Parts: sequence; structure tokens; C-alpha cells
Amino acid sequence: MAQQAERSEHTVSHRAMELLVSGLFVAVSCLVMYDNWRIGARWGTDGPQAGYFPFYIGVIMFIASATTFGTHLMARHEGSESFVGRSELVRVVQVLVPTVVYVLLIGYLGLYVASAIFIAFFMAWLGKYPLWKIVPVAILIPVALFFMFEVWFLVPLPKGPLETALGY
Amino acid sequence: MEALTSLIHGFGVLADPMNIVYMFIGIFLGVLIGVLPGLGGANGVAILLPLTFSMSPVSAIIMLSSIYWGALFGGAITSILFNIPGEPWSVATTFDGYPLAQKGRAGEALATAFTGSFFGAFVATLLLTFLAPLIARFALQFGPAEFFSVYLLTFCSFVGMGKESPFKVISAMMLGFALAAVGLDTVTGQLRMTFGTTELLRGFDFLVAVIGLFGVGEILLTMEEGLAFKGKTAKINFRVVLQTWKELPKYWVTAMRGAIVGCWMGITPGGATPASFMSYGLAKRFSRNGPKFGTGEIEGVLAPETAAHAAGTSALLPMLTLGIPGSPTAAVLLGGLLIWGLQPGPLLFVEQRDFVWGLIASIYLGNVAGLIVVLTTVPLFAAILRVPFSIIAPIILVICAVGAYTVHNALLDISVMLVFGVLGYLFKKLGYPLAPLVLALVLGDMAESSFRQAMLVSQGSVRIFWSNPLVGSIVTLALVMLFWPLISRALGRLRTRGRAPVQAE
Repeated sequence: MAQQAERSEHTVSHRAMELLVSGLFVAVSCLVMYDNWRIGARWGTDGPQAGYFPFYIGVIMFIASATTFGTHLMARHEGSESFVGRSELVRVVQVLVPTVVYVLLIGYLGLYVASAIFIAFFMAWLGKYPLWKIVPVAILIPVALFFMFEVWFLVPLPKGPLETALGY
Repeated sequence: MEALTSLIHGFGVLADPMNIVYMFIGIFLGVLIGVLPGLGGANGVAILLPLTFSMSPVSAIIMLSSIYWGALFGGAITSILFNIPGEPWSVATTFDGYPLAQKGRAGEALATAFTGSFFGAFVATLLLTFLAPLIARFALQFGPAEFFSVYLLTFCSFVGMGKESPFKVISAMMLGFALAAVGLDTVTGQLRMTFGTTELLRGFDFLVAVIGLFGVGEILLTMEEGLAFKGKTAKINFRVVLQTWKELPKYWVTAMRGAIVGCWMGITPGGATPASFMSYGLAKRFSRNGPKFGTGEIEGVLAPETAAHAAGTSALLPMLTLGIPGSPTAAVLLGGLLIWGLQPGPLLFVEQRDFVWGLIASIYLGNVAGLIVVLTTVPLFAAILRVPFSIIAPIILVICAVGAYTVHNALLDISVMLVFGVLGYLFKKLGYPLAPLVLALVLGDMAESSFRQAMLVSQGSVRIFWSNPLVGSIVTLALVMLFWPLISRALGRLRTRGRAPVQAE
């Protein structure tokens, strides 16, 4: 970690993130306005059309987010500090990437097996735990989930090849 | 005294021993949720909601609301022992709670926090018992215009009372409305913003959004801070509790003030978090010990906790009577009511007496149960907090994934949750508030339909919103709240510059 701290901690400026997020808001609001105008946002023969309410939601969102965008665009010297430090960003990505992989795995392996792998990976990689500590946690949690959901509350969770092999 | 007989009837509903068991389970889970980072009242209730589908609505709401009370209690434990607020509303509790723990007076601080919470909740529940039936009866006469005006007031209050930039509040809120509109329009049967995909037909479920925004987002934030729990040990025994209770009546003014601030902020959708800050600020200003606040004053723990719990409880009042939740967690509970086929609003008091009064009675019992549970189990929860984050974090993420999946048994929802998680992280960092987004997502359909009905009545003229004194004054008040940031700035400029502007800090 010491080596990382010596490197520049700067990643992306706060202002840039403000611009990005408010820019996304503007884009979303345009999308909302476009699609609702398409299906009709005016007064029909029998009352407001389907897009009437959401269209104006889009208009208000556009005005508000464009203002945010504009103020940050004008204030060129403010918010030049880092949005997130490099080592902090690394920690966030360290959680985010395995979680994305985990979510993808659920589709193939079922939730229980994927959870066991996810917990084991997390403990081994970030926690640096010895194997004898990892294995019980990684197995007991999914098993507990299984009994709680499938058996006790009768709520089915996504299952994969292992559960099929076991007859569930 | 009609309310009293109804209340006694409500206690009768509770007599089923299973309901008491559910209450204790709920409280216990709630404290656990409140203690763990990344699991809060709102997403905790959202995750556990699908588990209650097989229960009767009365048992389900008792368990879910007990989770909520437990979470309100639990937030204080981490704030005081670890200087880490388990919940946003317990941030103010850290100011004096942690210094007290450092001085070795953790037991006193905890006992104060729990007792204050209990007191705040009790006052709010009294208010709920006696005021709710009156409001409900009054609201029975509401037409669509009145309902829309109340929705408008709710959302405008976020702009007026929020600490965030008003434009960001509006952006976040409108995003909620826009997401709520995705899918099939129930009036015309047209598809809105689905862009030809079948997945979007169902629209966005707010439960999935809540789990992502509050759960996954919070984990990412906690990870960024590189959390290492370094807690004080908690020794809480009966003697310390009694000693604290002997001392507390001295601070009854602070407690009352906290409860009133909390009730007010809970009913108007300020929520527990601003209530706790405001109460802390007021206590600091008016207390004789004010200057010593921040160094470990019992009053500094009492004030925010009382207000937070009062706000959390009174947030149920507008939810039950008008169908408008005062906080994100109340919004999730409202979502639960809708799933069980109960339409929140004034009619609930007429048609579902068992349910409403069972719930209100359970709040009384739930808080007594909560007080007992937290006073006896603090060491256990403190021990749970010593489990390193690298074990807790994946488990919480797994629980979030399970929660998101079980809402609709849809795999896609887990990915949607993840996207909302990243959004939640960005929004938190940039100061976009999450509460209005969630509330707009929950209330979007109802707000839209009341707006449409009002427009149909008036044939498209907005004058209907000033057609009678009631709706007119609510709409005007809403507009005042909407433009409050501008108004207060103008007022501030009119005043002489010598005086500091009144702030709740």
C-alpha cells in the first residue's frame, strides 16, 4: 500500500464527475421526453394521453439537470479536487468487479454455488484468510440460505447443475 | 376515546402468540440490520419482504415494522461503540456518543440512546394513535385534486427542506418518477419507455432499486473508506441502566424537544436523519451544557436518538392515513401493503380495522420489546461487528442478491440491483439525495393517476388546484416549499448582515 500512496492519488476531478452525472441526467431526460412525445403527450379526445405526465417529468428533469450541468461548467476552478483517491478507487473496484462476476455466475451455477465461490474468493483475496477459516464460512452461509428459503419459507432461489444433481 | 377502544381491540389482535414471536424475530433481525453497514432499515425490510408473502398481512406487517424498530435501535450501537453510524440517522449520535465511550462510559451512552429512542417512539405512537383516525376521517373527503396536492406537498418539501442542491433534489426525484412510468400504462394500455424490450414491460420495481441504492451503494462507500472496526468494549449491566434512568429525567426538556422535532419531521417527509441533526443542533443551542457538546455529553446522545426514533415512527402516520410514506423505509412498508392487496389511505381505517389497530398496538409492544432486546444483547452485536469486513461484505452482497431476486423471481433484477448500486454510490458522493428518488418511484403511479383524474375533472385546467380553500392552501404551501431555497435567500438578504442566519447545525 505504501507504494500506492506514493503514486499520484489523483484520479478524476469532482467537477468532471458532476458534469458526467448531470450530463447523463440530461440524456435520460431527453430520452424520456422523446419516447413520451412519440406515444402522445398532448390532450386526447377523452383526456390526457399516456405520455402526458411522464413527458413533463422529462421536461422538469431536463431543466433541473441542465442547470446543474451549467453551473458546474461555469465554475471552472471549483471542484478540481479528486473525486475519489486512487487507493480508494482500487478498493471500490476490488468489490465491484467480483460482484459483477458473481451476478453473472448466478445465471450459470445457481445462487448457492455462486455465493459459496464468491464468499470464498472474497475472504481469500481481500481478507487473506487461511483455508480452514474460509471453507466453513463459504459453505455454511449458502447452506443456511438454502434451508431458510427453500425449506422454511418455501421461496425458490435460482438453482444450477449441482442442485439438480442433488435432486432439487 | 374511540381511539382507546380501537387500540384495545388492536391489542386483542396481537394476542396470537405467533405474532409476538414474529415481533421478537423482527426486532432481532432489525438490530442486526441496523448494526451491519450496508444493510439498513429500508433495504433490510425490502430484502425480507418476500419472506412474508406467505404470512397473514397482520403478522407480516408486525414482523416488518419490528425490523424497522430494531434497525432504529441498532444504529446507535455502532455509533457509540465504533464511531461508525450504522444508519444515516445515527450520525449525530456519534458526536457525543463515541467520546462518552472513549471515556469508558459506553454503558451510560447506550442506555441513554435506547431510552431516548424508546421515549421518542412512544410520543410518536401516542400521536399516531390519536391523530391518525382523525386525519383518516378528514381525508375520506379528499378527491383526486386534494390527493395530488398532498403528493405535491410531499415532493416539494424535499426541495425546501433538503440540504442538497435543489436542482439535484429535483433531478433525482424526476428520475424516480420517470422510472416509475416505465412499462405498461394501466389507463391507456400503451407501453411507455420500454424501447421494444420485453424485460422493461414490468417496469422497475422499487424494492430492487432500494436494495441496490441503499445496500450495494453503501457497501461500495464503506469499502472506499477502507473500514476497519476499532470498537470500544461495551459493558452494560443493570446497575448502569438504573443509574442512567435516575439521571435522565433531568433532561426531559431535551427529550420532549427531540420528540416534537422528530414527530414533525417524520410526518412531513423530512425523515429521521435531518430530524436527528436538527434536534442535536437545538439541544446544543439551548442546553446549559451546550458548549461542552461534542466532548461526551449525555444530552448530546439523548437529543438525536429521541428525534430519530420519533421521526421513524411518525413517518407511518401519513403512510397509513394518506398513503404517503414519510421515509424510504415507510415507503417500503407501503409497497408491502400494496403487495398484500391493502390500499393504504383513509379507507384502510374503515375497511381494515384489525390490520391498522393491530399494527398500532404492535408499535407500542414492539418498542418495549426492542428496548429489552437491545439492552440485553449489546455485547452480542458488538461481537458481530468485530467480524472483519472482508467476511461481512460478501455475505451482505449475497443477501442483497437474494433479496433482489426474490422480489419477482427474475435473474435480471440482480443485475438491475447492481446498476442501482453503482448509481447509489455516485449519487451519495455527488450529493444527489436518494430518499426523493425512492419515494417518487413508489408513489409515481399513484401521483400520476390522481393528477390525471384531477385533469379529467377540470378538462385540463390547472385551476382545479385552487378550486377550494383546502386544496388551494396545500398547493400554495407546496409551491412555497418548492421555492423555499429562493425565498430564504431573499429573506436572508433583506436581513442585516450582522446576524447569522438561523441554521439547524
